Amino acid sequence: MRMFKASGLLALLAFAIAFPLLFPNGEITAIAFFTLLFAAMVTGWNILTGYTGYISLGHAAYFGLGAYALALICQHWNVQPGYEVFLLVPVAGLVAAVIAIPVGWVALRVRRHTFIVITIAMFFIAQLLSYNLIGITNGSTGLDLPFPLAWGGAFFNLPFYYAVLILLLFAIAVSWWVRHSKYGLGLLAIRDDEDRAQGLGVHTEISKVSAFVLSALIVGMAGAIWAYFIGAVYPASAFDPLFDIALALMGFLGGMGTIAGPILGALLLEPLHQYLASNFADWYLVIYGGLLLAVLLLLPRGILPTLQERWAKYRASREQTRETDAASITPLPEQEESAVKTEGINL
Amino acid sequence: MSLLEVEGVCKAFGGIHALDTCSISVAKGSITGLIGPNGSGKTTLFNVMTGYERADSGRVTFQDQNITNASPARVFRLGIGRTFQLTRVFSRLTVLENMHVAAQRGDWKGWLGRWSSAHEQKRALELLDFVGLTSLRALPAGNLSYGQRKLLEFAFILIADPQVILLDEPAGGVNPTMLNYLTARIRELNQRGVTFLVVEHNMEFVMTLCDRVMVMHRGTRIAEGTPDEVRANPAVLEAYLGD
Amino acid sequence: MAELIIEGIILGILTGGIYALMSSGLTLVFGVMEIINVGQGALIVLGAYLSYVLQQYLHLDLFLGLLITMPIMFGVGLLISFVFRPIKRDRIMLSVLVTFGIALIIEGILDLIFSADTVGLQAWYVNDSVRLAGFSQPFYLGYNYVFCFLLAVVLLAALYVLVYRTRFGQSLRASMENRTAAELIGIDVERVSAITLGIGVALAAAGGMAFGATTPFNANSSYDLISRLLAIIVFGGMGSLSGALIASVSMLVIENITALIWNANWATTVFFVLLVLILVLRPQGLLGQAEGRKQ
Repeated sequence: MRMFKASGLLALLAFAIAFPLLFPNGEITAIAFFTLLFAAMVTGWNILTGYTGYISLGHAAYFGLGAYALALICQHWNVQPGYEVFLLVPVAGLVAAVIAIPVGWVALRVRRHTFIVITIAMFFIAQLLSYNLIGITNGSTGLDLPFPLAWGGAFFNLPFYYAVLILLLFAIAVSWWVRHSKYGLGLLAIRDDEDRAQGLGVHTEISKVSAFVLSALIVGMAGAIWAYFIGAVYPASAFDPLFDIALALMGFLGGMGTIAGPILGALLLEPLHQYLASNFADWYLVIYGGLLLAVLLLLPRGILPTLQERWAKYRASREQTRETDAASITPLPEQEESAVKTEGINL
Repeated sequence: MSLLEVEGVCKAFGGIHALDTCSISVAKGSITGLIGPNGSGKTTLFNVMTGYERADSGRVTFQDQNITNASPARVFRLGIGRTFQLTRVFSRLTVLENMHVAAQRGDWKGWLGRWSSAHEQKRALELLDFVGLTSLRALPAGNLSYGQRKLLEFAFILIADPQVILLDEPAGGVNPTMLNYLTARIRELNQRGVTFLVVEHNMEFVMTLCDRVMVMHRGTRIAEGTPDEVRANPAVLEAYLGD
Repeated sequence: MAELIIEGIILGILTGGIYALMSSGLTLVFGVMEIINVGQGALIVLGAYLSYVLQQYLHLDLFLGLLITMPIMFGVGLLISFVFRPIKRDRIMLSVLVTFGIALIIEGILDLIFSADTVGLQAWYVNDSVRLAGFSQPFYLGYNYVFCFLLAVVLLAALYVLVYRTRFGQSLRASMENRTAAELIGIDVERVSAITLGIGVALAAAGGMAFGATTPFNANSSYDLISRLLAIIVFGGMGSLSGALIASVSMLVIENITALIWNANWATTVFFVLLVLILVLRPQGLLGQAEGRKQ
């Protein structure tokens, strides 16, 4: 089973690497770029929201921060266009992450309902600051990034595609590591019952803030790559509230708190979003809103968690029949009850 | 020898004196029962002892160490485990994962490593076996029945190797067969050296299980002794029947 | 300087009243249903456009038009509450996303119908203003601000009476305190929720008219609105009606003073900075309930 899973993943990876070479059409690689970009962002966002249950609807703020950070770095150090700019992406991400530390510390002190609102407020603060701090951000005129003219025509999208693929792999690695560490277990416990977790010794404050910062790091890096791709940053484009909703929708659809869920959500929704934006520009908002509602009301738990649950129940009930009475203890009186509980799978 | 002591603790909620100069002492190695009519302050006392409420005055000591108003996490780390009337488990985590959360107990080492080393896994499974939940280990804890959740809570308190366990109404809402099972488990642990303090309304349960019983009324202790002594004590009868 | 401050206070109180009108529905709905209606901004804009249509095509006075727009929007609120009926768990996250979806749809439709041009509600009082005596520099106060403030006062007073002096209000407050207990004593919490949402949206209609009479708007204004409204209710304490009132007035006063003394651009930012400050000092907001250690 393990071998099967591993080889399947490798095949997927190989496909992802070969993709732009198989489909060199500029439009398609652009859509692929955005899809992977969102996949990485949602994976990062999920580290906070999916694992701890503290829903952030303002993470696009870190996207914008990363974007502006890269633009400013390039301006101040007069960076020339080319592959070197990609090396600065982690730096931009770190800027976003460092800003996230005090923000997260303040924001995570409040109740969960309030937390959602705070993140929205923080997002708007970031947007407002980018308009107002004209000395730094150039206000609504925006900032330009070095433009790699050398990457002409069909080739242009490729470096960005691979950069974003690397970011996605990084995000997956981080997410996977968190999920399988004691740290991650603590986060999940916080999601279910924070007080109880704290009472049992889980370091809730540090866990929450670090999850917040990690997710800001990833989203910040995504913002930086995006900025380089687009070539310029403006307050309205870098701090777009629709991004927040896109993150939430994709995370939700794919399944919060899982590793593959966010990616699935992005794979399904981003191409659709791009298609709608280019072909139905006028009706775009209405369709998007309607889609959001449909997903929420019909698939409230997301795709993956539902599948996972079914699988776990199936395994547990199969084990019960295989088990003859264990050890020396008297059989658990409610064994019959729990068999019934696994929804009628009586074996 | 007294393991856990409460001296003169007072706690008021607004005008209501939930605890009024309450003093109790739990002997090491005993199974002590704590009974009293509704509103006598039993759960509040538990909450104060385990750090979920602050005492207005008085002291709580554990092994001669002052733990008054210590945080629940610290209390747990020192070796005092506690269950709740309404079970609190992590419903979306599997039964096994629930066990591992408690195992951390605030340690930093291995925090970034895998959440279950071979040794911890073995111990968790041992304890699940002890309470009979092994077959359910991969199920989300939220799917368990009420009685099973009580056992799970019991198990993950045990994983921390506590010296004292405070049980808050363990028999509440549990059928007789399960109750016997629970009693057997408690006795077995007690023989291995774990001290118990049990708050309970079910008289039969308390009287058969406990070697010492304390009675609370209106926020303070009014009687103590062996189950038989307490049963015959007129003050106790009056507390329950009077008012 | 002192004059500017007084001007700021006056303007702040007047606009604060209007924001109080818009945010009271939001905080009540949260208190009863535990849902955060992030669509309130879009609904307010919808209300504004409704008033606009009535005024442009039927030449109905804005205040009279409310007699039509408010009941319509009340109905819209009831409709929205039906969407939430089947959802029992995880309401908060879902509510934010669902109401955002509704907001997007409303915004999209309004954008299609009215395009992105900003409009303003027209009436004699929108263009006329009164000069307040006692100021060395001329200080003109638009009549629209005054009338809308009076509207806000009247409606909020009516709301207070409803919430604190009627049986329905009692059921409402009971549902806010403890939903389960309220159900146990025979209160139809679903019905109370529906009506509360209806009231909230009807107030949004009134607020929309007031907003539209004092500021040029288009479909996109909803974002700015909702961000401020959310800041207000968090500042005041989510679920607290008095909190929303105090927060609205105080935040708007400070914003206006900042705009007059310092810089209009920074005024809105000050708004949010205040929010962050209060949350550092008092995470539950001014009049919100603190969360104790759960047992």
